[in-house]
Amino acid sequence: MVTKINKGKNELMVTPGEGVGIMTAHSLGEPGTQMTMRTFHLPGVVEMVPTGLPRLIEIVDAKKKPKKPIVTVYLKERYKDKKKVEEIAMKIDEVLLENVARFSEDFKKKQVMITIDKKALEERNLGLVEIKKKIMGELESGIKMKHQRERVLLIAKDLQLRMLRKLTNKLKALHVAGVKDITKPVVTQDENGEWLIIAGGSNLTDLFKIPEVDPKKSTTNDIMEIYKLFGIEAARNSILEEIHTTMKIQGADVDIRHICLLADGMTADGEIVSVGRHGLSGKKPSVLARAAFEETVKHLVNSAIHGEEDKLNGVTENILIGQPVPLGTGLVKLTMKPQK
Amino acid sequence: MAMLDENDILEKHINKIKFTLFSPEMIRKMSAVKLFVADTYNDDGYPIEGGFADLRMGVIDPGLRCKTCGGSVRSCPGHFGSIELIRPVIHPEFAPMIYMFLKSTCHSCGKTLLTNDEINEIKGELMTRDELVSSIMSKVKKVKKCPHCAAEQKEIKFEKPTTFYEEDRLLLPTEVRDRLAKISDEDLRNLGFDPEYSRPEWAVLTTLLVPPVNVRPSITLESGERSEDDLTHKLVEIIRINQRLESNINAGAPQLIIEDLWELLQYHVTTYFDNESPNIPAARHRSGRPLKTLSQRLKGKEGRFRYNLSGKRVNFSARTVVSPDGCISINEVGIPEYIASELTVPIKITDWNLEECKNLVKSEEKPKAVYVTTPDGRRRKITDTNKEEIITELAAGWTIERQLKDGDIVLFNRYPSLHRMSIMAHRTKILPGKTFRVSPSVTAPYNADFDGDEMNIHVPQREEARAEAENLMLVEDQIISPRHGHAIVAPTEDHITGAYLLSLDETSFSKNETSDLLSMAGINELPKPDMKDRYSGKLILSQLLPKNLNIKIESKIGKKGSAKSTIEIKNGQMISGYLEKKSLYNIIEAIVLYSGTAQARDFIDGIGKIGGEVITRKGMTVSLKDYTTSDEGKKKIKQIVDNAEKQVNVYIMQYKNKTLEREPGKSLKETLESKSSQTLGGIRSNIGKILEEDLGQDNKAIVIAKIGARGSIINVTQMSGAISQQVVREKRLHRGYRYRTLSHFKQKDLTATARGFIKSNFLDGLNPIEYVFQSMSARESIVNTAIRTARSGYMQRRIMNALQDLVVKDDYSVRDGSGKIIETVYGGDGRDTMKIKKINEELSTPVGVPERE
Repeated sequence: MVTKINKGKNELMVTPGEGVGIMTAHSLGEPGTQMTMRTFHLPGVVEMVPTGLPRLIEIVDAKKKPKKPIVTVYLKERYKDKKKVEEIAMKIDEVLLENVARFSEDFKKKQVMITIDKKALEERNLGLVEIKKKIMGELESGIKMKHQRERVLLIAKDLQLRMLRKLTNKLKALHVAGVKDITKPVVTQDENGEWLIIAGGSNLTDLFKIPEVDPKKSTTNDIMEIYKLFGIEAARNSILEEIHTTMKIQGADVDIRHICLLADGMTADGEIVSVGRHGLSGKKPSVLARAAFEETVKHLVNSAIHGEEDKLNGVTENILIGQPVPLGTGLVKLTMKPQK
Repeated sequence: MAMLDENDILEKHINKIKFTLFSPEMIRKMSAVKLFVADTYNDDGYPIEGGFADLRMGVIDPGLRCKTCGGSVRSCPGHFGSIELIRPVIHPEFAPMIYMFLKSTCHSCGKTLLTNDEINEIKGELMTRDELVSSIMSKVKKVKKCPHCAAEQKEIKFEKPTTFYEEDRLLLPTEVRDRLAKISDEDLRNLGFDPEYSRPEWAVLTTLLVPPVNVRPSITLESGERSEDDLTHKLVEIIRINQRLESNINAGAPQLIIEDLWELLQYHVTTYFDNESPNIPAARHRSGRPLKTLSQRLKGKEGRFRYNLSGKRVNFSARTVVSPDGCISINEVGIPEYIASELTVPIKITDWNLEECKNLVKSEEKPKAVYVTTPDGRRRKITDTNKEEIITELAAGWTIERQLKDGDIVLFNRYPSLHRMSIMAHRTKILPGKTFRVSPSVTAPYNADFDGDEMNIHVPQREEARAEAENLMLVEDQIISPRHGHAIVAPTEDHITGAYLLSLDETSFSKNETSDLLSMAGINELPKPDMKDRYSGKLILSQLLPKNLNIKIESKIGKKGSAKSTIEIKNGQMISGYLEKKSLYNIIEAIVLYSGTAQARDFIDGIGKIGGEVITRKGMTVSLKDYTTSDEGKKKIKQIVDNAEKQVNVYIMQYKNKTLEREPGKSLKETLESKSSQTLGGIRSNIGKILEEDLGQDNKAIVIAKIGARGSIINVTQMSGAISQQVVREKRLHRGYRYRTLSHFKQKDLTATARGFIKSNFLDGLNPIEYVFQSMSARESIVNTAIRTARSGYMQRRIMNALQDLVVKDDYSVRDGSGKIIETVYGGDGRDTMKIKKINEELSTPVGVPERE
């Protein structure tokens, strides 16, 4: 019985020598041609999140920031009431001064008038005094501040006009409340009926400081952030997950093992490496393989300077010089003693 | 050409390649000739001695012999020559390296501008070569005085591509060279260099290596005029300036003139290496075309690396249009007679096949032998006149080349080769006609259709290659795609319809018909009739199934759980269920798993043949009638459309009154757009439902869509319902004129019709406005497709390049070429993606893939 099971198991194993890397590239690349370029509305999400090919390319490029970062915030308590969740959503939504106030510049008098919208403040449970304090904190020396109820007047006699505009821009982007970078939170339910908040922007570090947020479940689609926050294994899983969902949304059925391999390849060095000239392909040990990919002359020149050696372990190198490749049937050799 | 013995090929194996700089001594040693004439051929068309076509550098004219190795055009590999430069010049490609050395070393003592302690400290740290260099560079920046000889350090400036300044004084290449020569071996090693192989001063050229003539062959034009290669042109220029510089120096010309000429020499050398370097004008041909010099030869898609080295040209291949053949096996390919007589397979003559080979030579009919090769490598064409002579000479050890015949193995390929199923091995079947004939079932893996697609075949020439093709690449071995473990070679279109018709409960055939059908698939045993004296369709289908097959599949036909939707196969007998695309795929996958690929191939072939025959007999076609809705249906559809339109108008009203409730995170306008898009987009499925009802379940258009043979419900909706909302950039049509899509509408008209909603269908036709709307949307999708192919092609190339060396080792770990472990066990469980049965999706999640919390 055991031998039977073992035999069955062995039959299902990959053949040693299989060029799994190429298989992965095929499996991920081929559906690429059929994928749409469209961005999709993920259920409940306001922002247009890139999916399909653009998203796939983004992940593979290991971009520092995704085009549209999205966080999914789960809450520690399982609220039944949507209102409670909405309150929290309001709390994490970043409020900039610009959102709650009007600005008017007077270049002649070198003044900036800020009129704070009281209604907007009430909507978001913010105090007038705190805001004024925050404005005060931003000011450099030489700028006087006068305030009266919801009006704040800044007088900056010594400033250049250009600097005045810079000041207003800086104040417009002043963080008033909420979590930095988090925008447009939307409250939805997942398939288990649990309430969650989906929002634009990504800032898990600050989000986790909010007591209601469940740090175990909440995630982001920003792989770099996950890497910085949780480390390389988490980043690997994140790449895996992101590619998997992207493929799934497109209806492209790709075996998880292929995606695993890509994710493992991108993270094998302990940091996220992009696929391409500056990443995996650019770091190959073989000079010829790098030269054949991109930036041919640069690689040849540098290798000559340093007296590099090409050990001819890879596929491209051997194709270039016309030898069998070290994959599959090129890996094994057959010897036979002719019988007389 | 001398035929190489297989053993000869295997003996030559390159183990490694080392890249180094050439020292001037090395160049002189390598050089077969020192060039001193700025010309190539004399008036008689004979190479000038000391010129660029000097016979010591090899030959390109037939009839002449190389003066170095004595070889002819074919056998001489070519030999390098050299030019002694009268003043050194900087090699432009190495200028950045020179800059680095000038900055980091002392100009007077040549030592690194760091104390020994500092260097040791940096060396102690764990880092890559590039990191080491950059950390030394950043430290050196601050140093003003040499810590070794206390010499004042001045700032070095570098102007691309080859000019160096010390503060504002120009550094001549001679000075640069002297400085670089001072750097000690130890300092070089610290910076990650190997002084034995590459000294920095070698990057300042004193002798220039001249490539052999066969690297830069000249072409003889029809007029008898010779046209030299771009490289030769450039080299002629270099030697000309070099000689002018020399005579000026010897004549004691003023320094200014000498420096000018020197700079000119530098320019020519720079463009000789790279004619696209920034800041200097490209050297041009007389016609104004920029010269293609060394860098340009190697670079890019059309460069040596990607065009000639990564891609090889081959013989023994053919290309023509493909067309379908319902009777051919998926394992076969129909080869036109003409192509079969051109392509050959070599046969080595042994004592055992001597007679057979003699017959092949003798034969008047195809396949016959076309060439013979004697053991000493002479190849002869077989003609009627020399036939008899050859037959008498023929013996073991000779090789004959035989025309293609039935049953040979060939590789069949369609471009773009996106996955490994784009090249599969087929057995040949020589057929009359001019096209390759393929089974419609293999169109999916090749992504081929028959609207004029062309495909290529390649004939493997060696036993080893044939064995690999037969055992690994045969179509039947590729039925399951490694991408997802599902079938990819499977019946399509009419074959599915045929199988569906067969599986219907009411389908039955007479004894005659049954034997016709079964014999189509090569089954010669008639089963016992199961419907009195008639034979049910399922019984006929069962004849194709292997006897050990037991499965139960749920299909989408009919109600869930009903006899129609439950396909049950017991001991190879089909008991219930209607076949459709998905279930056929499932059955194929099951056959591959339980009975092997050969059985699966027989099943696919059988379905193709019997299915094709059934559909020709029973018929299944669509006509205008199938798309004509009843008046009542039309009314219903109109109502749906009208309601949606009204609903949109309501939203617009609310928007204008500002009573529309804002969706979270959206502006009022965005809310309006999202709401109207939703209502208008949603009606498509509603119309589909109405049509399904109105046209009825027996409507052919609906049936073929449901069983997955052709088309979809959306196609039916657009033809007989309404084309509905057109979209550009994921929004309702909105671009065109100011605040409106077309001048036929009022500005800021947000109604459905003004924003690209099409009420008509393809059957009734569109009005001009709708036609424009549809074109807008259609154009966008065409543009998108064009962009997508380019983008995804590049992405695939990148992934391919990054992962191509990864291989599963004997311990199931995945490693790259250098042996670095990427995965300890492939995919977490070492399973082959092709060998996982996925009727149950849950079973396929591998162990070791962590579930996310």
